[in-house]
Amino acid sequence: MQTDILEYLEKSAERCPEKTAFADEVSSLTYGQLKELAQRAGTYIENTLGGDRRPVMVLMKKSPENLAAFFAVLSSGRAYVPLDCEMPPARAGLIKGNLMPAAVITGEGLSERATELFGDDIRLIDWEEAAKSDADSAVLERVAAGHLDTDPAYILYTSGSTGVPKGVVVSHRSLIDYVDNFCEGVDVKSDEVIASQAPFYFDASLIDIYCTLKMGGTLHIVPLPLFSQPIKLLEFLKERSVTMIRWVPSAMGIVSTFRALDSLRPESLRLIIFGAESMPVKCFDYWRAHYPDSRFVQIYGPTEITGICTYYEVPADRPAGEVIPIGRAIANSGVFLLDENDRLIAESDAGVTGEICVKGSCLAHGYYNDFERTRAVFVQNPLNSLYPELIYRTGDLAYYNEKGDLVFASRKDFQIKHMGHRIELGEIEAAALSVEGVNSAVCFFDTVKNRIHMAYVSEGLGDSELIEALKQKVPRYMIPNVFHRMDSIPMTPSGKADRVRLKEEYI
Amino acid sequence: MKDRVIEILETMHPGVDYEVETGLIDDRILDSFDVVSLVGELMDEFDVQILAEHMTPENFNSAESIAQLIESLED
Repeated sequence: MQTDILEYLEKSAERCPEKTAFADEVSSLTYGQLKELAQRAGTYIENTLGGDRRPVMVLMKKSPENLAAFFAVLSSGRAYVPLDCEMPPARAGLIKGNLMPAAVITGEGLSERATELFGDDIRLIDWEEAAKSDADSAVLERVAAGHLDTDPAYILYTSGSTGVPKGVVVSHRSLIDYVDNFCEGVDVKSDEVIASQAPFYFDASLIDIYCTLKMGGTLHIVPLPLFSQPIKLLEFLKERSVTMIRWVPSAMGIVSTFRALDSLRPESLRLIIFGAESMPVKCFDYWRAHYPDSRFVQIYGPTEITGICTYYEVPADRPAGEVIPIGRAIANSGVFLLDENDRLIAESDAGVTGEICVKGSCLAHGYYNDFERTRAVFVQNPLNSLYPELIYRTGDLAYYNEKGDLVFASRKDFQIKHMGHRIELGEIEAAALSVEGVNSAVCFFDTVKNRIHMAYVSEGLGDSELIEALKQKVPRYMIPNVFHRMDSIPMTPSGKADRVRLKEEYI
Repeated sequence: MKDRVIEILETMHPGVDYEVETGLIDDRILDSFDVVSLVGELMDEFDVQILAEHMTPENFNSAESIAQLIESLED
């Protein structure tokens, strides 16, 4: 039985050592090179950190080496923590405080950035140096001998409503379960050439990285600027004979907005996977018209259940204008709906909305160093009173359609999806409230125009000062689009901010 | 025209002085997804078809150049 995610690398390196695994515009790594790098740097990390088994952060630009660094951390028997190089220092400090990592691996030219983000009381591991050292099979074998499939493989930080990001801890077992069942369910082929859009610090990239690794395919990292140059983007796909993409609808939107496929259609594209936010019908219809024989798959799932837990292959005869369902559970994942009283909603109860709940090996262990927030959503299955069985409550609301497919409805709380990012509005509010001079702040979201609004009360600050302050605290994609400075925030009778009234007034 | 462009830019990505800024793309003030949603809004608002070949940094570096692009498309 496979217990270590790196067995994919072992096997692919044996089968096709000379084949390119990961590439960007300037560099590439074959499976053989990747394995060697992981072993060299893995030995270095283990020798450097010794008995310190805590997770290792990775601060590198999106590149083939970045992935080699993940695998090196895994080879050393530790969990890796991918980071966004562009995050503001305040957020980096919160992550560091929660994680207390053993070290941070920094890529070329990023050691100063690491100090800026984390201060100088953190151990830096220079990637170049780690990659140059010698592999020691005795060291790596000793590490492997102590490995369990329940050991964490990675920790991904996601927005937290209290203002502190949550580190989702995912084990090798969950990741293997996900990758195996995804590749089989969606039928990912061994000659797949994938074009990667999602940043590596998002779970959306797991499909790109690990389907490639397992199947022995090739992953090309699309340079970010191409996502505003649609023709060049399509040229990139064509030149590399890309067969599969897993993109957020916003990224596919750039192609449809400019009708770029009218002038250039990469023939090789046969599997088009999208998710993480709702797909505009206009965008979908445009792509479908140009790829009538390719497969289109919508996927759904939060970070806490590793990757995705449901998928839906859009049939050729999809009725025009129909909302695209999120579909049915992936193999070996239990997905069901609970109503407000924690009773099961049957598939035959079409149209009845409930909370999506998930069980199975796909469940993450929980949030790192945060038992309280873990216990709030990883809970005993209310349908089982006989033995301990955890489920994850997603907070997403959905219903079954007449065919028994799940259709996403809305959120239970104030989490939103904005430009492919999962954001807790509470995190933005907490950031604003920590700015001196801000007395209150409430965020609400315009789902039609895709805009974050913030109503706030401040005696001294105006919009531009508040924006400048927020830039130091939250990532760029969390900065509200529209600000409303008010004398007071309208309240509901129970004393909470009246978001309904705010929405009525401003949206 | 320029004022309406600035209005759209401000609700998309506030906190920039769009009257004077001339490096929206070159200085990465707008990222690729911003540009795409901006173009979507411009096409809806002004009823013009912006094509892939119009997607050059020169056309999108300032509110002025965006306004000029739209005016040229309206003709």
